[in-house]
Amino acid sequence: MPIDVPARVIANRRLSDDYNVLTLDAPAIAAASLPGQFVMLKPGIGFDPLLRRPFSVFAVLRDSTNAAIAITILSKRIGPSTRLIYDARPGHRVECLGPLGRPFTLVQPPSQAWMIAGGVGLAPFATLAEGLRARGVKTTLFYGARRAAELFYLDAFRELDVDLVLTTEDGSAGEHGRVVAPLDRRLAALDAASPVMLYACGPEGMLAATARTAMKHGRPCQVSVERIMGCGLGGCYSCVVPMRGDAGERHNVRSCLAGPVLPADRVIWD
Amino acid sequence: MIDDCLVGVDLSVTIGSLRLKNPLIAASGCFGYGVEYADVVDLSTLGAIVSKGLFLAEREGHPAPRIVETPAGMLNAIGLQGIGARRFVDEKLPELRARGATVIVNVCGTTLDEYVDVSRVVSDAEGVAAIELNISCPNIKEGGIQFGCSLNGTFDVVSAVRKATRLPVIPKLTPNVTDVASFARAAEEAGADAVSLVNTFLAMVIDVETRRPKISNVVGGLSGPAIRPIAVRMVYECRQTVKIPILGMGGIADARDAVEFLIAGADAVQIGTANFVDPFIWNKLLAGIREYLERHRIARVADLVGTVDAGERAVGPKGPALQT
Repeated sequence: MPIDVPARVIANRRLSDDYNVLTLDAPAIAAASLPGQFVMLKPGIGFDPLLRRPFSVFAVLRDSTNAAIAITILSKRIGPSTRLIYDARPGHRVECLGPLGRPFTLVQPPSQAWMIAGGVGLAPFATLAEGLRARGVKTTLFYGARRAAELFYLDAFRELDVDLVLTTEDGSAGEHGRVVAPLDRRLAALDAASPVMLYACGPEGMLAATARTAMKHGRPCQVSVERIMGCGLGGCYSCVVPMRGDAGERHNVRSCLAGPVLPADRVIWD
Repeated sequence: MIDDCLVGVDLSVTIGSLRLKNPLIAASGCFGYGVEYADVVDLSTLGAIVSKGLFLAEREGHPAPRIVETPAGMLNAIGLQGIGARRFVDEKLPELRARGATVIVNVCGTTLDEYVDVSRVVSDAEGVAAIELNISCPNIKEGGIQFGCSLNGTFDVVSAVRKATRLPVIPKLTPNVTDVASFARAAEEAGADAVSLVNTFLAMVIDVETRRPKISNVVGGLSGPAIRPIAVRMVYECRQTVKIPILGMGGIADARDAVEFLIAGADAVQIGTANFVDPFIWNKLLAGIREYLERHRIARVADLVGTVDAGERAVGPKGPALQT
């Protein structure tokens, strides 16, 4: 059951000229959030911008008693709302509705988990990595960005025992190129008897390529999709993703309710 | 003294044979089928909810992107994605009834016959309070607005459905006409129990970098606070023209906006886009309307309807004078 709070901004950490991490005082939402779920944020007051924006819960912060006290969100400045989020100062209030959506399904050992992130698509994987580590799942993050300076939180993932495979489009760190290339090679090299679940989040082209690669190697894949979303609760039907049903029929599915995490082999990537 | 008698205000409103516990109605296309919101709002506390528009058959609607934000508003072209009237009756209506919701079904059609057929399916079901006739969706090629943009078409659809159902019939009017009041009159003459207005304003947004429209349907319907003054004017004009109740809507975002529509002549109000921004808006609206009525010493919300003081030009029914 989602709740809505005027969450106080506790901290705003700017990672670059367009990426930032906002910490929001929202203990009830933090306590209820599962990996892959999202919140709908309205960072400004008034009618411009009018609608909320969806953000994955990036991290759940806990106090010394392990009680959830805050969430963070990873944002990339693109439009008016993300500009407000980039410019937010401690003490500001951000309307925060959540947690929303269908979370990731976590695997158990002996299955491995391979997370594939492109750019701001890193957002849902910190909480997922935590959840997987708690289950003792061996986890790898394939993480692609435009350049070295936009590969964030590598140490945090290393601390969660996550193996990193990095790519940059300009070759300034890791492998030169797109993140799906090393994924494809590693899947080809993986013993067919060794189970692995793929989890992907990032630009649409990357998700489609990841889904194709997963299918080529016969591996299951969960994708976290991002769509223009009006309400986050299933009311507006704006965030639909075309998917195949059991009989192969095409349906427009609301990504806020059925997703944001969807089975990659059911999504119609066109 | 009225002060001593005023222990509470009467928020109930009457729409033809339909009595609503308060004037707040969730607008079609902005509240899913209602069940989606059962976790955030007690559906039985709303005056009514209006379902998404329903044809006989299921529809997939338009490809994404389906919405884009505009100054103080949003443009949408969903394309009436929906599960069809029969599945609604079978799969959604029982839960809505169990939760105590007052359900108005938004009926769509590509032909006159389909409007009648959908209305019959809905009328045969238990637990539907009224039919809202969607003759005003700007986003589909066939049906809908082709009836709603013609006085004869409006008359014909309302007449045909009027004969096919015992439920209150409430055509939803488009603002994309020169004189919306003449359409309200056509609906009244055809036997409508009330009219809903306004649907969205046909509009367009272009990405100047790519020179492509920002939604897949090229054009869509504009809603939100940006359209409110035009919608208020249209409700006012219709109030001068017809006697049947009016369900007013268009950009209502807080209680004062709702009160403005009531004063302009709406008997009840519908909330659409604002529910996307704040799904918990209902209690705030209700509290705000109650506070307004108490502050102005008005015992019944119905007494506020159509009380705009437009001087000598006001033609409509007058309620009690405002006390300040």
